[in-house]
This record gives sequence, structure tokens and C-alpha cells, in this order.
Amino acid sequence: MVPLSYYVILSAIVFITGVVGVLIRRNIIIILLSIELMLNATNINFVAFSSYFQNVVGQVFVFFALTVAAAEVAVGLAIIIALYRSKSSINVDEFQLLKW
Amino acid sequence: MATLVFFYFAGVIVLTSLLVVALRNPIYSALSLLIMFFHVAGLYVTLRAEFLAAVQIIVYAGAILVLYLFVVMLLNVKREERYHQQFPIGAFLGLTILTEVLLLAYHRSSANEPALPLSRAARTMSNGQSVATGVAPAVGNTETIGEVLYSTYLFPFEVASLILLVAMIGAIILAKRDLFERET
Repeated sequence: MVPLSYYVILSAIVFITGVVGVLIRRNIIIILLSIELMLNATNINFVAFSSYFQNVVGQVFVFFALTVAAAEVAVGLAIIIALYRSKSSINVDEFQLLKW
Repeated sequence: MATLVFFYFAGVIVLTSLLVVALRNPIYSALSLLIMFFHVAGLYVTLRAEFLAAVQIIVYAGAILVLYLFVVMLLNVKREERYHQQFPIGAFLGLTILTEVLLLAYHRSSANEPALPLSRAARTMSNGQSVATGVAPAVGNTETIGEVLYSTYLFPFEVASLILLVAMIGAIILAKRDLFERET
């Protein structure tokens, strides 16, 4: 049987990869993909705990996290399209209107 | 044997997630994310959550990733420079957090380790209701999730449908050409 800590460590590695991806990439689409990485990491965590404590509630929460991820991707991509229409660029460094 | 399967899935997941962050072409990043989704679904199957594995493939690989690829191809991005100027800070932070999390995980795992799943007796929740057992072989994973989702968690289920409605409206309004077409 695989110990639970292996799943937690795997989830942590994927989550931190997502965090570093959000921090260091300039392409907005890659930033959104890194956010999906983070969400997948938490889902792995939930399912592992749900399997080890024989409680199905963890998987129900993964359901809802999946739903929210899908909704967030739809709105995020719509925002990207609107941004691209106004500036013809998807480099985050160039969106500085709110900067003081 | 189970450990070998887990290490295969975990290795490919870690490798493809690193590729997502590191590749220059956004289409290649999306495709390696697709491979990661499939292996996460495989991991779910080994954890005996096969309904979630199917939902993962259908929703993530089949809907979300297709959306991403559409947008990437629509925007027709040229290859730009990859990393931010803050790349050293980001990498350093990532290494620090990773070390901390690994240390925490090793300390916790040496303390009390549920290496085997706990007994299949029904677990009781805080308000006294008894939740159905997890993934008992007599009742499949789908039935178990369905029983709990439509009885105890009915309200969050309806709220999730509202979230999807709001996202749909928001996406349509944000991506429309012009709300008020002027006839000039």
C-alpha cells in the first residue's frame, strides 16, 4: 500500500510548480495553465485523503473544485481575449494601466 | 506493485508539470498539461475513484484544455521571451517552500502513518449523520458519490450550477465584440 505521505508530497511538488509558473512566466495563457496545475494538486490531495480515510466527502469536494476550475477557465480566457483585442499582446509586463 | 504504478504516475505528473512551466511554446505547454491530466486520472483510478477519473478526463482534458487550445490558436502568439525578470526570486521562493513542505511531510509521516486504509465502518460526521462508506466494492464509486452529493450536499450542488451560469454569462459578455453596435 502506498503511504499517504507520498500523495501529499506529490501534491506539494505539483502545487509549487504551479506557483513558480505563475511567478516567472510572462505569457498569460501559461499563467492560467499554472493555476490549473495548482488546482489539480489540491484535487490529488483530496482524493488521496478520501481514499485513506474511506470517506467519500473528499471526492465530492473535488467535484466542486472541478466545477469552479471550469468556470474560472471560461471567464479567464474571455478576459484574455478582451485584453488581446485592446492591446494585441498577451505579455503581462505590458498591462500596466493600474500601476502607479 | 502498487508502489511501482504510483511511482510511474507520480513521475510523469511531476515531469509534465515541470514541462508546462518551462516550455517556450504555449501549445506544447498545453499538450504536456494534457498528458498530466491523463496521468492524474490514472492516479485516481488507483485510489479507486474511477468516477472522478472519468469526470477529470471529460471536464479537464475534454473541455478546459480544448478551450485553451482554441484561445492559443486564435491569438496566434509569436514566441516571446520566456521568463520574467523576477525569475531568480521566483525560483528561490519555490525551492524554499518545497523544502519546507517536504520537511513537514516527513515529520508528519514518521509520527503517525495511516499506511493502510482505516476500517470500513461507517464514519459519523460532526452533526451526527452517518456518511456512507468510501469506496466499498459492493457499491461502486459512482453510487457512493451520488448518494452523498444529492442528499447531504444538495445545496452546494445547486450553488455550483449557479457558478457555471454566472461564468457563462460573464464569458459571453467579456468576449463579445461590441455591446452596442453603432450604425454609422
